[in-house]
Amino acid sequence: MGMWMRLSSWLPTVLLAVIVVAVWQATVWIYALPPILLPSPLAVLDAAWETRDELTRGAVVTGGAAICGFLLSITVGTAIAALMSQSRMLRLALYPYVILLQTVPIVAIAPLLVIWSGYTFRTVVLVTVIISLFPIINSVAAGLLAIPQDRLDLFRLYGASRLQTLWRLRIPTAIGHLVVGAKTSSGLAVIGAIVAEFFVGNGGANYSGLGTLMTGWQTLGRTAPLIAALCISTLIGVIMFATVELISRSLLRRWMNHD
Amino acid sequence: MRFGAASAVLQGVDCEIPAGEIVSLIGPSGCGKTTLLRALAGLQTPTSGQIAIDPPARASRGEIAFVFQQPTLLPWRTAIENVMLALQLCDAAVSKHEARQRAEAELAAMELPTAAFARFPRELSGGMRMRVSLARAMVTQPSVLLLDEPFAALDDLSRSALGELLLRRWDERPFTAVLVTHNIAEAALLSHRVFILKAGQIGAAIVDDLPRPRNESVRTSAEFGGLYRRISAALQAGGS
Repeated sequence: MGMWMRLSSWLPTVLLAVIVVAVWQATVWIYALPPILLPSPLAVLDAAWETRDELTRGAVVTGGAAICGFLLSITVGTAIAALMSQSRMLRLALYPYVILLQTVPIVAIAPLLVIWSGYTFRTVVLVTVIISLFPIINSVAAGLLAIPQDRLDLFRLYGASRLQTLWRLRIPTAIGHLVVGAKTSSGLAVIGAIVAEFFVGNGGANYSGLGTLMTGWQTLGRTAPLIAALCISTLIGVIMFATVELISRSLLRRWMNHD
Repeated sequence: MRFGAASAVLQGVDCEIPAGEIVSLIGPSGCGKTTLLRALAGLQTPTSGQIAIDPPARASRGEIAFVFQQPTLLPWRTAIENVMLALQLCDAAVSKHEARQRAEAELAAMELPTAAFARFPRELSGGMRMRVSLARAMVTQPSVLLLDEPFAALDDLSRSALGELLLRRWDERPFTAVLVTHNIAEAALLSHRVFILKAGQIGAAIVDDLPRPRNESVRTSAEFGGLYRRISAALQAGGS
């Protein structure tokens, strides 16, 4: 019953996807659209099969960059948030720059990063970190600082050190917030990797991420494999989001579902 | 002792609490009961005056324990882990094994079913959570126990059971306790003396000389009824 209920909750989502694909296929047939403008879903599937080697390599490279950037942003973001939670002065000093990180137009600074860091995997990871860092810092800092007063009093009463309070009270409280931030960041990480690859791919270096493939296929007017690459990059984002959700429901379960 | 420069919460509070007694602070909402209790715990510093504890006791060594209005349990820790926390924070030398053993003994003394030891707070009833909270306070064997309306949110049955449990623990190992309460019957039942607090000022103590333990015959006696009326009259008169 439980299994059936879980499966049936996915039914509306699957049904909507089927309807969208059917309408897409019908539109292409009815209006006889040229494949360069909009290929049919079947043509996209065909193109995906034909370019499977390039797509697989691209998915590994882009997925790898997105995962590296995501994990780095979790590590760096949590560390910055922990620093911000320890002192008001640090909070005042760092927070404007954290906001700056969010407001900086990544498409505009990506070429600059390419100049500094080269047409490399490292540059892609760097852009990914910049774009996915803010939700982590913001969520974790909020979690570290949103401690109920009576719990803080309890720790103060027992003479807990700053480190004990951070380790035994603030971090466990912030884990739920970290998961919320990580879910947002997981999607942003893929966007960051793809955007960076648009620029890194232009350098003619031997870089073969999905973003590089997309710009190449766009130039050649090969819309079908371009859409296939788009679908795969979306899938990477969905898998990363689902992994965060899975970890929060298994390994981090103790720290979720409070009260 | 005085609190607050602009508007004093407590003013001219001058009282002595004999060691090994349970003392109740009773008074209307906003009269400063919790402020006084927090000051005794060192959670709030008076703008003037002083608090002396003889022999000296420190909360950071577990010698003073505080029971909050809410159980204040950490939701990611099981019942036993919440009790162990007090030992882990107060005594760096205590091993995990010893902390667990002492927490188990304390939870058993608080009559929490063994099956509930490994449950998370959200899986416990309100009464059970408060038993865990009391166990956490008692596990360090404090010489001073401060209770801030700990039973206020409980049903009558749980309130009465926990009150009896507190008295039993006091019989086993007497400690000094200060109980903030709104409940006259609770103050009469649990305390050796009752202080009436009104408008930030403390009145003369009402000394309770009824026999202990407080069994059914004591609670239904005319003397107990008389004590209840004395406290009630003092409250209405402003503690004078």
